[in-house]
Amino acid sequence: PKKGQSGLGKSTLVNTLFKSQVSRKSSGWNREEKIPKTVEIKAIGHVIEEGGVKMKLTVIDTPGFGDQINNENCWEPIEKYINEQYEKFLKEEVNIARKKRIPDTRVHCCLYFISPTGHSLRPLDLEFMKHLSKVVNIIPVIAKADTMTLEEKTEFKQRVRKELEVNGIEFYPQKEFDEDLEDKTENDKIRQESMPFAVVGSDKEYQVNGKRVLGRKTPWGIIEVENLNHCEFALLRDFVIRTHLQDLKEVTHNIHYETYRAKRLNDNGGLPPMTVETEENHESNL
Amino acid sequence: MVPEKTRAAQDETSEEQRSGKPPDHEKQYVGFATLPNQVHRKSVKKGFDFTLMVAGESGLGKSTLVNSLFLTDLYKDRKLLNAEERINQTVEIIKHTVDIEEKGVKLKLTIVDTPGFGDAVNNTECWKPITDYIDQQFEQYFRDESGLNRKNIQDNRVHCCLYFISPFGHGLRPVDVEFMKALHEKVNIVPLIAKADCLIPSEIRKLKERIREEIDKFGIKVYQFPECDSDEDEEFKQQDRELKESAPFAVIGSNTVVEAKGQRVRGRLYPWGIVEVENQAHCDFVKLRNMLIRTHMHDLKDVTCDVHYENYRAQCIQQMTSKLTQDNRIESPIPILPLPTPDTETEKLIKMKDEEVSTICACASWMLELESRESLQGCPIEVVLRLPLLCPPVGSWGGGQG
Repeated sequence: PKKGQSGLGKSTLVNTLFKSQVSRKSSGWNREEKIPKTVEIKAIGHVIEEGGVKMKLTVIDTPGFGDQINNENCWEPIEKYINEQYEKFLKEEVNIARKKRIPDTRVHCCLYFISPTGHSLRPLDLEFMKHLSKVVNIIPVIAKADTMTLEEKTEFKQRVRKELEVNGIEFYPQKEFDEDLEDKTENDKIRQESMPFAVVGSDKEYQVNGKRVLGRKTPWGIIEVENLNHCEFALLRDFVIRTHLQDLKEVTHNIHYETYRAKRLNDNGGLPPMTVETEENHESNL
Repeated sequence: MVPEKTRAAQDETSEEQRSGKPPDHEKQYVGFATLPNQVHRKSVKKGFDFTLMVAGESGLGKSTLVNSLFLTDLYKDRKLLNAEERINQTVEIIKHTVDIEEKGVKLKLTIVDTPGFGDAVNNTECWKPITDYIDQQFEQYFRDESGLNRKNIQDNRVHCCLYFISPFGHGLRPVDVEFMKALHEKVNIVPLIAKADCLIPSEIRKLKERIREEIDKFGIKVYQFPECDSDEDEEFKQQDRELKESAPFAVIGSNTVVEAKGQRVRGRLYPWGIVEVENQAHCDFVKLRNMLIRTHMHDLKDVTCDVHYENYRAQCIQQMTSKLTQDNRIESPIPILPLPTPDTETEKLIKMKDEEVSTICACASWMLELESRESLQGCPIEVVLRLPLLCPPVGSWGGGQG
């Protein structure tokens, strides 16, 4: 899912990542759409295919997050949603007659969009990430990075990394889950230099040097989304899709889900949660 | 300046007006056409002052813009707080004053900064310190104006508030709307779209439209540029039209000079190009600067004094006089309306006067009606009203203190 205040380009970025219209842009230009009063959770599923490989992609949007005047606890609906998916999976897992392939609606990755203020993280960002990094893989992303010069970007990223460290926020890839030295070296570099990725998204193409590229056309030049000199979109895409997609799922399953499961079993005195065929259960198992 | 002959000033050119020399043609010239010059000289000697408030979330480039507007560095020693320090931060009001001079004209510029606004997790009523500040300046001016020694009144009233709207949203956010509604009747609000270099032209257009619609929808009264005089030339009128159509201004600020097309310009250097702050095709900075400093600074002050301050003053007086009929003990900051602690004798007097006033008002409206009726029949009537003072003439005036 993607989190961050409205207008940070979340939908555009997700569309760019998966090169398809998987996210309906909450068009700011639609008069009827208002900022929702509470945080909503909107999940849309798509099946995309590449090279014969099919993937069912679910994008979960959180409109309303951080948009109100009083944003206290606005992460709670999100935390609740994530835990509900774990709960669903758990119930299925402990079922006597359980399905071969348990439908997995768990959230594998959360892209958190940081506003490019150039100063530091906002209190809301800290609060959100503190709470949620314990239940889901968070990948912080600096949105609309075309608003910062190279210097400003470097300084901002340094400051953000430091703030996350000082506040004990472990974003993905978490240090403690590095499996071997190879992982550690690779991930260290990403953690300490590349992240958070400063990205720009676009669904429009322009002609640059004879090639068609995705970009944004300004009066002073064209920002090329996939040009590493312009922004780190390509790094983010490679990271999330081409190298760490499977790992994201594994960490979710082996770590976050197990943590949830252990807590639930403990709360229940070491026993699996009751799966009495109640009205609710019956419906959710259908 | 004593003219050699008296002539009328009808066809004088501005050149002649300025020098005060009598024109060469046969006209009656008294010489008061030199008044603008005299005013000019006195004003320049006295110097001007202007108080500008900037508000908006942190990180929207407010400081950079202010520095760019006035070509100065007001924030040298600023320390930026990190996120944790800001969790429980309250909104502060910080004033920076700087004296700048240009071509012999002095300006005492005061920038009122509002760090912390909109930054917390819970921003309920985060505009209250700001409205309080503005009210305090009005109140201070009110007292000074009513005081005995009015020679050197310091005018700290806020003449204009630049409100920075984030370019990262889809329009106004709830906090933007609430802020502007809390302040639009106390100060001239000029909304700006900050950091406009992250938007492409079509996005800017849409965002401006959206913001204008929402300002209308929520009944927010932002500062209106006055109509230009009908005798201005067409070029000026065209500029004025463009100005009005560009609101809210989409601005970019920068204090660094970069090299673009062989020229040194103030701008921002990106890998994909250079944004020039003073290039009107890139942003509305020039429009904002011209409006704020070159054409409308005085109007902003006028509206502050004639509208916002007068509203405040009227409300104040109204509140006090209504309290007068309710409370027994009232504190008044105005020495001219002494409100002694009334005893029963005084209270009776007050009630009597109140009744007199309402009778007279009733009479007056009756007479006005009569007049309109009679005037319809062609007979003019003059209606003269004399209202008694609301203050009872009592011996001790020690009740009210400024």
